[in-house]
Amino acid sequence: MLDKSKINVGDTHSEVVVEDLKRTQIVQYAGASGDYNPLHSDEIFTTKVVGYPSVFAHGMLSMGLTGKMLTNYVGDASLKKFGVRFTNQVWPGDTLTSKATVMSIREEDGETLVDLNIETTNQDDVTVITGSAVALAK
Amino acid sequence: MSKKDMPIEKSHIMMFARSIGDPNPIYYDEDHANDSDVGSIIAPPTFTQASAQFDPDYFLRPKIDGKGWFGSGKEPTGAKKEGSSSGGDGGGAAMGLHAEQHFEYHRPVRPGDILTPETKPGKTWEKDSKRAGKLKFSESVTEFRDQNGELVVTAIGVGVQTEKPVEN
Repeated sequence: MLDKSKINVGDTHSEVVVEDLKRTQIVQYAGASGDYNPLHSDEIFTTKVVGYPSVFAHGMLSMGLTGKMLTNYVGDASLKKFGVRFTNQVWPGDTLTSKATVMSIREEDGETLVDLNIETTNQDDVTVITGSAVALAK
Repeated sequence: MSKKDMPIEKSHIMMFARSIGDPNPIYYDEDHANDSDVGSIIAPPTFTQASAQFDPDYFLRPKIDGKGWFGSGKEPTGAKKEGSSSGGDGGGAAMGLHAEQHFEYHRPVRPGDILTPETKPGKTWEKDSKRAGKLKFSESVTEFRDQNGELVVTAIGVGVQTEKPVEN
């Protein structure tokens, strides 16, 4: 859990959450999550029928990868809220870096809450996820 | 159990954590988890999305009867063409993308929980975009309650139907 005596507004934490994303990891996510949309695993359908250049990651895989950075930072079972917008697609071969920034630290109903800004970018510095989170601190 | 109930199992949590590349032992190592402040294995924050596994009618899973799937087989799309009004050749159905996802956590999800999702439609709105034509957004709000009726996770999803594939 975050320690309020050790964090300040403006602090950041970032991690590379995936390097050179493989199609197989996208398939693995399809199997675990149950979302078998062929856009994520079926290159023939996605390129020939729908017209994308290749399969691409589930938004929720990008969010899951982003969440890994977040829980590494705020600790296990400490999240109160986590929300994102998917601003660009994530493709096989992408390397993603996720960053959390402390926006505010506040007391509410006897708890210390930390508001975080979330951003995940790819290797070309294109933002693929923007979002926010609220975490419990001690 | 209602027909969409999601029984939380530690092997499913482990597989899900692997799929997001998260090696945190709180998601699979019982000894570590039981000795931690959290007290047991828990699920990663986005895990309730896997409730799709337990919806018998989930439209993005090929059904056991083999009918109606829109991925490639002998042809690039395996779907039978059924007129053009309902999204047509399957490409229409595949144009749905996930625009936003928000979670509120009321307590951690743990193995042994049985979560019952209840989904209600939320707002809908439209927007024009240069990269994908007309965008139709729709929100859905899902409350996951446990076996005691207590709220565990609230999930708000926003889907978008695009007029054409998103240009990059």
